[in-house]
Amino acid sequence: MKLASPLLLSAALLCSNAQAEPVKIGELNSYKTFPAFLEPYKKGWQLALEEINAAGGVNGRALEVVSREDGGNPGEAVRVAEELITRERVSLLMGTFASHVGLAVSNLAARRKVVFIAAEPLTDKIVWENGNRYTFRLRPSTYMQVAMLVPEAARLQKRRWAIVYPNYEYGQSATASFKKLLSAAQPGVEFVAEQAPALGKIDAGAVVQALADARPDAIFSSLFAADLQKFVREGNIRGLFRGTAVFNLLAGEPEYLDTLKDETPPGWWVTGYPWKQIDAPEHRAFLETYRARWQDYPRLGSVVGYAALYTAANALRKAGSTDSEKLVAALEGLRMRTPFGPIEYRALDHQSTMGAYVGQLAQRDGEGVMVNWRFADGARFMPADAKVRALRKD
Amino acid sequence: MTAASVLLQFLNGLASASSLFLVAAGLSLIFGVTRIVNFAHGSLFMLGMYAAVALAPYVGFWWSVPLAALAVGALGAVLEALLLRRLYAAPELLQLLATFALVLIIKDFALWAWGPEDLLGPRAPGLEGAVAIAGSRFPEYDVFLIACGPIVLAALWQLLRRTRWGTLVRAATQDRDMANALGVDQRHLFGSVFALGALLAGLGGALQIPREPATLAIDLQVISDAFVVVVVGGLGSIPGAFLAALLIGEIKAFCIGLGFSEFTLAVEFVVMAIVLVLRPWGLLGQMPAPVRGAGAHEPAFALPSRGALQALVAVALALCVVPLLSGGYTLVLLTDILLFALFAVSLHFLMGPGGMLSFGHAAYFGLGAYGAGLLLLKAETSMGLALLAAPLFAVFAAVVFGWFCVRLSGVYLAMLTLAFAQITWSVVYQWDAFTGGSNGLIGIWPAGWLSGKTAYYYVTLATSLAGIAAMWRVLYAPFGYALRAGRDSPLRADAIGIDVRAQQWAGFVFAGLFAGIAGALYAFSKGSISPEALAVPRSVDGLVMVLLGGLHTLTGPVWGAALFTWLQDSVARGFDYWRAVIGAVILLLVIAVPGGLGSILRARSSR
Repeated sequence: MKLASPLLLSAALLCSNAQAEPVKIGELNSYKTFPAFLEPYKKGWQLALEEINAAGGVNGRALEVVSREDGGNPGEAVRVAEELITRERVSLLMGTFASHVGLAVSNLAARRKVVFIAAEPLTDKIVWENGNRYTFRLRPSTYMQVAMLVPEAARLQKRRWAIVYPNYEYGQSATASFKKLLSAAQPGVEFVAEQAPALGKIDAGAVVQALADARPDAIFSSLFAADLQKFVREGNIRGLFRGTAVFNLLAGEPEYLDTLKDETPPGWWVTGYPWKQIDAPEHRAFLETYRARWQDYPRLGSVVGYAALYTAANALRKAGSTDSEKLVAALEGLRMRTPFGPIEYRALDHQSTMGAYVGQLAQRDGEGVMVNWRFADGARFMPADAKVRALRKD
Repeated sequence: MTAASVLLQFLNGLASASSLFLVAAGLSLIFGVTRIVNFAHGSLFMLGMYAAVALAPYVGFWWSVPLAALAVGALGAVLEALLLRRLYAAPELLQLLATFALVLIIKDFALWAWGPEDLLGPRAPGLEGAVAIAGSRFPEYDVFLIACGPIVLAALWQLLRRTRWGTLVRAATQDRDMANALGVDQRHLFGSVFALGALLAGLGGALQIPREPATLAIDLQVISDAFVVVVVGGLGSIPGAFLAALLIGEIKAFCIGLGFSEFTLAVEFVVMAIVLVLRPWGLLGQMPAPVRGAGAHEPAFALPSRGALQALVAVALALCVVPLLSGGYTLVLLTDILLFALFAVSLHFLMGPGGMLSFGHAAYFGLGAYGAGLLLLKAETSMGLALLAAPLFAVFAAVVFGWFCVRLSGVYLAMLTLAFAQITWSVVYQWDAFTGGSNGLIGIWPAGWLSGKTAYYYVTLATSLAGIAAMWRVLYAPFGYALRAGRDSPLRADAIGIDVRAQQWAGFVFAGLFAGIAGALYAFSKGSISPEALAVPRSVDGLVMVLLGGLHTLTGPVWGAALFTWLQDSVARGFDYWRAVIGAVILLLVIAVPGGLGSILRARSSR
């Protein structure tokens, strides 16, 4: 009998699993266009999926993720999302990376009345101007991340600021938010130069020279990936950063920081993810299981993927159903735990209060690290509710 | 700008110019001799970067550069011998399709071999620092790069002027048929030129690693820049490429220096458009030798046989009953296939019978789509009116752009279409208030009675079939014959009183109209529209569809559009390395059916 009971138990489990069809979640992302961020992201949600199913799934049913490549463009992403909705009959959608793809899928989700958890897109519009009933966003938005850096920027009391940003919506709205928030926090601040190189094609030498010509006291940058690396190397060689304070969105994320190695410019203020140093128990648990599962350390994308799938699972649990309207009701105000601590999906604009780590860059043994960092809780860096209501049309 | 910053920006421009020239020189050499439009040149550059980054830790940066260049050169030789050599006898432009397949395969190879993260190479030992120039610090390595460009130019010049091999290359560049007739072994010549071109691409990539990281996106960025430089300089002219690189490098540096950095998004295309309008063969290019012999004349389209017409009608009827048998996603996919088929047929009309190669046909597709979005969202017209009037946006652009384009021919014409498309793209991309900028326009859905998938499928089906039928019908009308006469023999056509340019201009506008209709249908089927609808990859997709289907067949583009769209849909779902799989399928088809899918059907029906 002692031998038989585990067998019986697993047989019973198998039967119950077979009877209850798994809950399908449709996931789509630009895996081939942004592999550096999205391969860790995929490992993140895969880990979450294994954990959730090992713990018995949701509402007595196993979870299944149907993952698709969205080709990195909105037209294809909409077709893929249609396929997930109509052919795979998924209960909800999650994913997307670039803002324009996220907005297109969000718009389709509203049209088809399917819940969409936008995991990664940073654009403010997805929860504000173009926000809709069925779309929820996990990551801290461009606005929130800018707002996290502004207190430090204002504290330094630098007068002359130069700005450099990639020439598309993310860079433009980061720049606009920064100018607005800093001008409010530090009246009399001057913006002496602005450079908007094409995304992925910065002519770093010329841009660094043009910024240096403006003799700024401080620089605000929203460059990332290859543009950031080119900018940092040219700036280091040409001495742009000596005696100049630099603030750079996202530059502390391992995806972008780890490639800089011995070029890492010390003293920069950044938002990011110092995974080695975070001691909070919820993060330590995540770090250990992630490393055990993948023999690799997590990137920010890993946390986003992990938390996005848990968002889906928690919403399904709270709703007790796969009905879209019940899922919307469950997600509005949903509180849950993540490796970054507790978050809440605001009923007001469907933005989660997930935060980010704000700190300074430094070099240790030829590697870039974040120092003097603190966790910035997303809930504290939102505009006033009335402003958000005015922006949202629903 | 102070005098000091003018000097420094000038030096920055020189350093970029050297980098540009290194990539462009190889491309120009290859095109001059073999007439291959080598899309994979940027991929070879990317491989040079990755190889140098990978080798540098073991052999040091300075050894990694020649080793990477040699490795890429050797790869070039192998690719030429195993693949391209099979295609020289095939219909023109098929090599373009083959090199596009290589782009896909090499990109996935690099992802597999070196992983997804950007790899920043080391600084160049001995040149890590900066020199003081006019009170600013200027990188030592950039000084070295500035010298590299002229050194490579001089070396190539010596090679082309002082060696027997160089004489043969120049002869083949000037007049390939004549060189062939005089007994020059084309196989060896083409092979060695391709290898040298690849080596230069690899060298350009390797020399770039102290300045920028190796990334998977670099291939397509480099290829468009390199093409611009080659065409502005004049195809096949190495000094021309150098001059063009200088021009573009300096203009970009001063755009940034003067604070017009947004303008760099499309400045090289503005330069190209101006140069081509003023000098139709580039700065230092020469009028290409006339194409002689049978190759110049494509067989005229026969009227489709009764059986073929019946088969086409049967296909159309089958498409009509699909919604009765299957709903949901099949209709979504078929809607995409139908509107891309309309787009591909319009491009084919231009390229095949019209004889005007276009690298920028997406502009008209995209303008149709934006037209629909703007009319619906900004002018708040009804959906029907938006759908009807949207193609006029495309027609207007085609009237203006076409007027300039038909004054050119061959690759120059193609590059001018690309220039106009890129300029249009950059305007749409940056005009936030009107076009929604990089995010585009959102919320373009069909009105109530058309909002169902089935209803919209029928609208797309009816419009696409009508459009395709109209274009095919026109091919057998006097206008179509006049267009083909202008393609096959402009002189004779002119002699019998056909105004060739006017016919071509009309053909350009006609093709633009149907691309615009496809775009408007696309916008309403997706609910949103972003600048990608008129970007280069969309134009390239169109080219791939036409060439897969067969440039010199009637129905080919339809099958090409169906196969390519279906492949993208199904392969992306089934394989991790789906790009490489699509590339491999294209390569197989290129080798097995060089005439395109349409030629299989034609062979069947003529039996």
